Amino acid sequence: MTCIEARGLRKAFGSTIALDGIDLRVEEGRILGLIGPNGAGKTTALKAILGLTPYQGELRVLGRDPWTERDQLMCDVCFMADVAVLPRWIRVSQVLDYVTGVHPRFDRAKAESFLAKTTIRHASTVRELSKGMVTQLHLALVMAIDAKLLVLDEPTLGLDILYRKQFYDSLLNDYFDRSRTIVVTTHQVEEVQHVLTDLMFIDRGRIVFGCSMEEFESRYAEVTVNPDQVTAARALKPIHERPALGRSVLLFDLTTLDKVHRQHLGAFGDVRTPNIADLFVAILGNAAGPSRGVRQ
Amino acid sequence: MTTPSNAVPTPADHSQAVSPTRLLACSIRRELWEHRSLYIAPLAAGAVFLIGFLFYLFRLPSHMRAIHALDPMHQRAAIDEPYMMAAGLLMGTAMVVGAFYSMDALHGERRDRSILFWKSMPVSDLTTVLSKAAIPLFVLQLIAAAVAVAVMWIMFFLSSAVLLAAGASIAPSWSPLPIAQMSLLLLYHLAIVHCLWHAPFYGWMLMVSSWARRAPFLWAVLPPLAIGIVEKLVFNTSHFTGLLLYHLGGSPDPGPQSGGLMDMLGHFHPGMLLSESGLWTGLAATAVCLAVATRLRRYREPI
Repeated sequence: MTCIEARGLRKAFGSTIALDGIDLRVEEGRILGLIGPNGAGKTTALKAILGLTPYQGELRVLGRDPWTERDQLMCDVCFMADVAVLPRWIRVSQVLDYVTGVHPRFDRAKAESFLAKTTIRHASTVRELSKGMVTQLHLALVMAIDAKLLVLDEPTLGLDILYRKQFYDSLLNDYFDRSRTIVVTTHQVEEVQHVLTDLMFIDRGRIVFGCSMEEFESRYAEVTVNPDQVTAARALKPIHERPALGRSVLLFDLTTLDKVHRQHLGAFGDVRTPNIADLFVAILGNAAGPSRGVRQ
Repeated sequence: MTTPSNAVPTPADHSQAVSPTRLLACSIRRELWEHRSLYIAPLAAGAVFLIGFLFYLFRLPSHMRAIHALDPMHQRAAIDEPYMMAAGLLMGTAMVVGAFYSMDALHGERRDRSILFWKSMPVSDLTTVLSKAAIPLFVLQLIAAAVAVAVMWIMFFLSSAVLLAAGASIAPSWSPLPIAQMSLLLLYHLAIVHCLWHAPFYGWMLMVSSWARRAPFLWAVLPPLAIGIVEKLVFNTSHFTGLLLYHLGGSPDPGPQSGGLMDMLGHFHPGMLLSESGLWTGLAATAVCLAVATRLRRYREPI
């Protein structure tokens, strides 16, 4: 089943184009990472998906039009925004009562058992909690909702390493199953690399790259090359090169290499799967100049 | 534009298990959690009034003797007076609290970004706006009435106790003071004037709070003031100001208010009131304001 389907999604704020005709299809059971620089249109895309902003073009989320059917859609969609958006005055017990009251798919016992593993007390107000605890609380609410789609917009922004690690661990171990779909945007790309099943780069309102993680792993390779071999390696046309401790790290798109050259790569040094961040820099960096390696 | 929504129910429709009334009740409860001044302010006003009333009690016995010398009409008015003041204070408190609540209701949630959380819940904009309108129109009036009635009864018992202790006979003094009837009339007054008659003011303030990016108070107050002044300057008339005062006064016919509480309430005869066109245009204006506020909230993002 298709979870999100967009065709020609456009959104402009005055003369600024936030989304420039996006085509998107997210199947059920995927974890999609939407990666892009600041102001690329990530948040606008998520807002359109959540029915928080009007748009042009076609968009269906779980078979519904998010703009006109937001309230029904939110029975099946959960959302955590970049900065904690829980009202600061609310008590933990009150927010549990409220969600229990209004959400048909909220399992309060599940949320309570998740909270029991934290140091969050029911009598505290959100104001009294640390940023990490607010995120834990929100995550406890979200994980206790039997939703089909979870949208995360910079969920770990401003959290320390422990909370960030815990966040994705909980999400993968206690929440995700093959019937749910997760869309996440983040700048901390390295943390989600092992979490994602699909990857999408967005820049200046357009999707500039998209693939599954299997494809990503089989298609791209990174080789650390000693200075004396750099010229030979460069002849194979890496899509990106960066210096690392006196050596060079070259990023290759294996689909542009023939079989012989591919086998040859190992001779230059260790061949590894690159970081998403490095591919991101390669693709977006190149996009500024001649658009090598950029696939629409 | 967006594609029109398909009217055919989708398979996800079985999840609509929460009834609209429950959504509304939960939303109203959440408003009371957030705005504790809705009940703290009337309670505080009532408490302050009772403290003041204690001082009045000291000179009550001598006051009562003076009252006995008056003719029955003035006697009644003099005995009613503190009770009227208590009711008036609580109604005034409710109006101030209601006004500030309404101007903040749809603005505060955008200011603190919590609108993103509320919108992530399966609660429609209409339910949210109706729950926020229900606060000044019904909930606050009920709170004010309950506190006012409680204060009146406490005053009544305290006065009786003081007079008994002073050795005065209380029966003749209290005969013109039917407290139960006064309570009912108070409730009636709150329902008619403070709910129905003032509804367009609350509707307007809620609409402004959903529209204004900042300073909803100024946007709520200054435009009506400006319209009144411009009308006066250009046409040398004051129909608009008159209309506002007519609605604010809550009285279809602001005649001489010489009598006591009963007289003041007496002319809000239900039949007369329902035939008053001002009531219906006011309620229609309220509906328009709330519809606009609902529509605006859909477009609204954190500010």
